Amino acid sequence: MGKSKRKVPGINASSTADISFILLIFFLVVTSMNSNFGLPVMLPNPPEDQNQNDDPEVHARNLMKVYVNMDNEIMVTAGKLEDGKQPLRLKVDELGELRELAKEFITANTPGGVKNDNYPEPKNKMDTITYRNEAGQDFFYPAPFSNVVLNNKHVITLQTDRSTKYEVYFKVQEALYGAYNDLRNDFAKEAYGVQNPAKQLTPDEFELCRRRYVNMISEAQPIDIGKKK
Amino acid sequence: MSKFSDKGKAEMPELNTSSLPDLIFSILFFFMIVTSMREQEVKVQVELPSGTELTKLERKSAITNIYIGTPMNNKESQEAGIQLNDRQLSRREVNNLKSYIVEEKERLGNKAAKMKVALKIDNNIDMGLLSDVKMQLRKAYALQIVYSANEAKSSTGN
Repeated sequence: MGKSKRKVPGINASSTADISFILLIFFLVVTSMNSNFGLPVMLPNPPEDQNQNDDPEVHARNLMKVYVNMDNEIMVTAGKLEDGKQPLRLKVDELGELRELAKEFITANTPGGVKNDNYPEPKNKMDTITYRNEAGQDFFYPAPFSNVVLNNKHVITLQTDRSTKYEVYFKVQEALYGAYNDLRNDFAKEAYGVQNPAKQLTPDEFELCRRRYVNMISEAQPIDIGKKK
Repeated sequence: MSKFSDKGKAEMPELNTSSLPDLIFSILFFFMIVTSMREQEVKVQVELPSGTELTKLERKSAITNIYIGTPMNNKESQEAGIQLNDRQLSRREVNNLKSYIVEEKERLGNKAAKMKVALKIDNNIDMGLLSDVKMQLRKAYALQIVYSANEAKSSTGN
């Protein structure tokens, strides 16, 4: 009788809080929160011999040349220059202009873009863009957009001097990426009728819209004017 | 009157702290999920650019970080330093980078095809050094690179 009445003493759990606090502090110290953000870039294959010029020949009107000099000034030539016209010169804080110009250049001579004979030739061909994801599902644009004229034959080249600052180069890259992103977003809004494509579309649909405007930025080897004395 | 007389005897009820460990444990689990292990000690000082057109990187395990900035252990010299994992290179040794990247690629094994190199470059680094590094990356066939940057506030969500 006496045995059944005896209470089992409760385990003192007051130190669990301290233990878990120590664990918590350990994790706070050892781990980091910084999530990785960045501009993804695909490098070309290595040149086969050192002196080989690995830039393919491009027609002048199809080419947008962006050059950043050693004083971090930007010079832009979009398409073929009209006689007597000077290339556009920009400062680092005027990159919004570069972005707008790039958008105009990328969409030129395609439906909805400006018509200009000095800007890239159109492809004049309807294309169906499809995308197959890793699970093997195929994706197409919604009905009225199932056939689109792809962007024109433009190429954007970016060249810097060897003593150009990385910060400026990055800002210029970003302005060019921004031009493509704006066009993709505009297209996504039109095709899917959504306000915020990045949040409302599935990653696969978003990838499909990304393929509507393929990134045609190519990087030339930097030239070495800044080092010459 | 007796109501007031036993005022002094009244004790403050003890605060029940039995749920405190649970609370802390849930904070702990939150941090374990949200954060990631610091893989290496950074020995070069890097001030990243910030931008709005950035993409979030996936597959953290296949990402190799290359830091380019001012070495911390040698404050006097202003010469830029490169760090790949725990290896440090000076600007003149940039041609050795290729073999290190190839090594790193082998270490990744079957994930090598998805290898991405995150370049964490200081704002003040010159493009000459960066293009040398990029040439090394190209020669090592590590072609997927990412220019790491901090996200600026006015992001378009892309």
